Amino acid sequence: MGQVIGFWIFAVTIIGAALGVVLLKNVFRAAVLLIACFLGVAGLFILLNADFLAAMQILVYVGAISILVILAIMLTREMSVGNPSNKFTIPAFIIAALFCSGIIWAVLNTNWQISNVVPAAVTTAGLADKLFGDNGYLLPVEIIPTVLLATILGAIVMVKDKKK
Amino acid sequence: MTIGLEHYLILSAILFSIGLYGALAKHNAIVILMSIEITLSAVNIALVAFSRYIVPTALTGQVFALFAMAVAAAETAVGLAIIIAIYRNKETIDANKIDLMKW
Repeated sequence: MGQVIGFWIFAVTIIGAALGVVLLKNVFRAAVLLIACFLGVAGLFILLNADFLAAMQILVYVGAISILVILAIMLTREMSVGNPSNKFTIPAFIIAALFCSGIIWAVLNTNWQISNVVPAAVTTAGLADKLFGDNGYLLPVEIIPTVLLATILGAIVMVKDKKK
Repeated sequence: MTIGLEHYLILSAILFSIGLYGALAKHNAIVILMSIEITLSAVNIALVAFSRYIVPTALTGQVFALFAMAVAAAETAVGLAIIIAIYRNKETIDANKIDLMKW
């Protein structure tokens, strides 16, 4: 029962916050609602028995990415421009609605092989085993730091003032 | 009433569509980037829901979601750096006015 109530609370929070991000005129308020959306997603992860992912969601998205977004909003000072829609509003809405209904149709018409096994209560040890153990994902784990290093260098090079 | 896989997948589809609409219909480059973040979160929800309901002990979907998070963080950092560089050169982040590479 608690899971049902929790799911609906988080679902309404996420959808409402995401609609606010897309529809609000003020960019800063949209960024704050984006944080609410990420927090709701972290709550869903907890409902789905993914405790480590929920912690990472809060650390990475709520802690780091939203700070970056708010910093970029403050640096660019585009508050006066706001958050207008362009001339593709109606085609974009039609594409999004078609995509959404197509996916929902596919989800409802697929015979999912639901497993009744009880999931592990604590996933951190299992995840570490998956990532670093034998037959795991060690190569992607080694590639991700390379990606992050390239990201850091790229961001520094692009933001650096070339005029001196 | 119990919450099943379909609930999470439909929520994920709706969230993805909202992000898609925002990415297609908005002027402000930062709002476009925020919409892309929403779509990535939607995909993460779907991955974790599959992991929870189809293979509860294998955790494969959670590993994929972790990698998706790392790449999303990298994408946001580079995207915002590009936006700030464009703002420095052109004094605007209106996606319709950034047409340097338009033929």
